[in-house]
Amino acid sequence: MTTSRRRPWGSLTVGVTALAVALTGCAGGSGGSAGGGESKTITWLVDNTENTVTYAEQIAKDFNAANPNITVEVETRPQGGEGDNIVKTRLSTGDMADLFSYNSGSLFHQISPEQNLVPVTSEPYMANVSESFKPVVTAGKEVYGVPVGTGNAGAVLYNKKVYEKLGLSVPKTWSEFMANSRKIKDAGIAPIIQTYQTTWTSQLFVLGDFANVAAASPGFATDYTANKAKYATDSAAIKGFEHQEEAAKAGLFNEDFASATYAQGLEKLANGEGAQYPILSFALPEIKVTFPDKLNDIGLFPLPGEDASKNALTVWLPGGVYIPKSTKNLEEAKKFQAFIASKAGCDSQTKAVGANGPYLVKGCDLPADVPTAVKDMLPYFEDESRNSPALEYLSPVKGPALEQITVEVGSGIRSAKDAAALYDEDVTKQAKQLNLPGWN
Amino acid sequence: MTLKTAAPAPAAVARRAEHQARRRKGKSPYPYWFYLPAAVVYTALFLVPTFASFFFSFTRWTLTDFTFIGLDNFVQFFQEPALLKGLTNTFIYGAVTSTLKVALGMLLAVLLTSRIIARGYLRSVIFFPVLLSSIGVGIVFTVLMDPSKGMINEALAAVGIEGPAWLVDPAWALLSVAMVDVWKGVGLATVIYIAGIVSIPQEYFEAAKMDGASSVKCFFNITLPLARPATATVIILSLIGGLRSFDLIWAMTKGGPGFTSDVIASVIFKQYQAGFYGLSTAGNVVLFLIVTAIILPLSMFLNRKEVEQ
Repeated sequence: MTTSRRRPWGSLTVGVTALAVALTGCAGGSGGSAGGGESKTITWLVDNTENTVTYAEQIAKDFNAANPNITVEVETRPQGGEGDNIVKTRLSTGDMADLFSYNSGSLFHQISPEQNLVPVTSEPYMANVSESFKPVVTAGKEVYGVPVGTGNAGAVLYNKKVYEKLGLSVPKTWSEFMANSRKIKDAGIAPIIQTYQTTWTSQLFVLGDFANVAAASPGFATDYTANKAKYATDSAAIKGFEHQEEAAKAGLFNEDFASATYAQGLEKLANGEGAQYPILSFALPEIKVTFPDKLNDIGLFPLPGEDASKNALTVWLPGGVYIPKSTKNLEEAKKFQAFIASKAGCDSQTKAVGANGPYLVKGCDLPADVPTAVKDMLPYFEDESRNSPALEYLSPVKGPALEQITVEVGSGIRSAKDAAALYDEDVTKQAKQLNLPGWN
Repeated sequence: MTLKTAAPAPAAVARRAEHQARRRKGKSPYPYWFYLPAAVVYTALFLVPTFASFFFSFTRWTLTDFTFIGLDNFVQFFQEPALLKGLTNTFIYGAVTSTLKVALGMLLAVLLTSRIIARGYLRSVIFFPVLLSSIGVGIVFTVLMDPSKGMINEALAAVGIEGPAWLVDPAWALLSVAMVDVWKGVGLATVIYIAGIVSIPQEYFEAAKMDGASSVKCFFNITLPLARPATATVIILSLIGGLRSFDLIWAMTKGGPGFTSDVIASVIFKQYQAGFYGLSTAGNVVLFLIVTAIILPLSMFLNRKEVEQ
């Protein structure tokens, strides 16, 4: 009996949380309108990372300075699965804040945009939004959001001092990367940092390799969504799994790869205990906070593939800010969206947290003092042929178990071939849940 | 009182007869409205969700809308590659934890019912881990069991033993968590055994001693058989706990490395996290049926033996 009750209790908890959130949301809204007269308060729901909250507060403040009769109240939600649930529940109960930030790409499709969000395709401020961002917030024929935050990359962060000391140059192919790594190992430094205690970090060999996959087989994303291409059978796609296996077998990881955490990985990289860390460039603001004097020792290069001439960067696009259909302050919300998608919006983010990558709003310049790793990243962003969005922005199909699978590959529990086949099975569930054509 | 019982008044006799007749017809001594609050709570919080979960296990469910898909969820659930591993691990975990809890609980109870100093204090100390939060225990032991910097392996290294990589070695991960589970739960087993042993009449031991029985014989021929009800309770409680165990595993390994310490409950939890609500509800229905299928016959078996005795 106890076990059968577990699920209802779970949904009850979700319900109660939703109710509590809804009640607080209502209170905020009515408090604002009770302010009377011309001034209005609108609410903006963002995730609760320090980075996000800091820039959100700054944008809200600067917006209020430009529009004195509109106050923006920043609400926060947890990250990850719990946050996804809150967003979905608040949307479906019609109690969402006036604006909310949420992922673009595959997660964006899971919140039923056509049913829940206000399309903003023909708003004048959409002209400011970079063309490369629009597809990841588009459902059907309508565009639904503006970008907030900067573009990021899934790439290798490396310690430049170690590279200088050993006289190495940035590798353009996988074999150069392996040769570098062996030299680093001979010097007594851990060549490749892996941190499987924080499981998501294990996926970068596969996810960060996607620009190489896209270069080798351009139709992969479309075929993958249509259930026609598979990781296990596509010779380009399986490379990510194979590279991870090869590096693990060659003993190129730090000794404590199985028990190390993400934070420990960053520490190793910053201190030069480890030389190369395949990770998301979201790590840069964290290094900036923890090891401010080491930030400029860190460089960045894309995960290398087979062909040096096609070496490209896998890009993570920023999340969007969306307006739910339930808002009662549509005009004000659109004004705020316009502010975020303007130079003033980028500037307040830079002022708050610095720039960790390029903005996807036209006319937004980066300050001259961006971290070295960001400088390394920019040439790839500027040339469209040298980058590709990660697969999750091109296809809604993403399996939930990739991080466990890649931990197994890196720990030598499962072979690359097996792992790719297992991941193909894993994504089936997601595709069925989304009712995609070709999967049922 | 005595007088009344000896010679009840005719009216009282009549009333009692009437009352008994009503009882026999199944009439309750309470009016219906008296049941209402409990019935409402029971229906809203237990009956409805239970039936709803059976219903949603046949649907593809996004929390806001659902499509009826028949048995597809169950088919998908049984095709889940992690499931076989999860099932095997669940049984290993349940068996290891309940065996160790029975054995250690019994030994500790014998120790703690003997004449040792500070008995009351020692009895409460063994129970303290039961009161701790599983998540807290999990986090503390994750730190202690760190392969290179953890206190356990440093202590082992000091005496020249190279400890295993506990939580990150695929061969050890599940057993390491099971050992922590035993440490945390053995207090409850011990307390149940203490109650069982204390209730054995001292005369048996005295008689056995007169006949010259050794203490080993006393244990196997008196304590063990006469503490059987306690054993039944400990086995059932720890087996149910072991089969649906989740919190400690999630806090310590999240089913990892990879899938090597996944149990059914963590497989189901990951499906919830991924938003496969219908699928994971089907998983819970399966887990419920498995636990029932094991516990029901086991409990009947253990209790029947008790009656025969």
